[in-house]
Amino acid sequence: MLKVNGEDADVAGQTVADYLSSAGFNPARVVVELNESIVPKARYAETVLRDGDRVEVVCFMGGG
Amino acid sequence: MIDRETFHAALEARHGAGRQSKFDAARVAVCGLGGLGSNVAIALARAGVGRLHLVDFDRVEASNLNRQQYAAAQVGLTKAEALKANIAAVNPYCEVVAEAVRVTPDNIEALLGGDDIVCEAFDRAEEKAMLVSGVLERLPGKAVVAASGMAGLESANSITTRRVSKRLYVCGDGTADVDDGKGLYGARVAVCAAHQATMILRLIAGEEEP
Repeated sequence: MLKVNGEDADVAGQTVADYLSSAGFNPARVVVELNESIVPKARYAETVLRDGDRVEVVCFMGGG
Repeated sequence: MIDRETFHAALEARHGAGRQSKFDAARVAVCGLGGLGSNVAIALARAGVGRLHLVDFDRVEASNLNRQQYAAAQVGLTKAEALKANIAAVNPYCEVVAEAVRVTPDNIEALLGGDDIVCEAFDRAEEKAMLVSGVLERLPGKAVVAASGMAGLESANSITTRRVSKRLYVCGDGTADVDDGKGLYGARVAVCAAHQATMILRLIAGEEEP
């Protein structure tokens, strides 16, 4: 179990890319931080989520 | 015109000399000079932030005037040059570097490496994500104050400042998307911009919590 945006999520073993896809996020509109470090977009497909990780996904809304 | 010493003394009288000296020394980049960025930049200039780095490749259009800090007579000018002029009118002693260029993953380091804090004030969600990712990936130590969710005419009370991680703050309601046809209203966009400007001033003052 790990935390995504402060909520328990049973997604250990998935890559960041898998998680974003399954949760319905458009990867081009998000920023992902894993344990307080940015996950570079080029590493979404190779970064595996593990038990105890803290993930923050910011999905940007348009307008400014 | 009011001289530099008189202008600075008035800022010190409002903000305190110690805090004003921090504002004087600060260098803030504002990327995107629309409804968010133009309001953020004016607020920071009025506070006496010493150096503003304005970045936007776009030109002023009539459809910007409902929410952006430009005059009708400035339609057609680059936002960078128009906002530099408008800042000079309210704080002639703010050093403004205005660049009409597009921010890309490849130029982020060279463009923003000399700034202390980056304000993300773009309008397209993909550009917002690109800038925030780019700064966090390539410019260690710099804080980013971004915005997400200020479209529409929902309550202004739903707009907040959230600290996502050590270097990332996001202002807005987090949910309203202009692509949903909600429109953009100057008053509500300005609330979000004021959240961003307040957080930037707090960071300069040494306060890290929203």
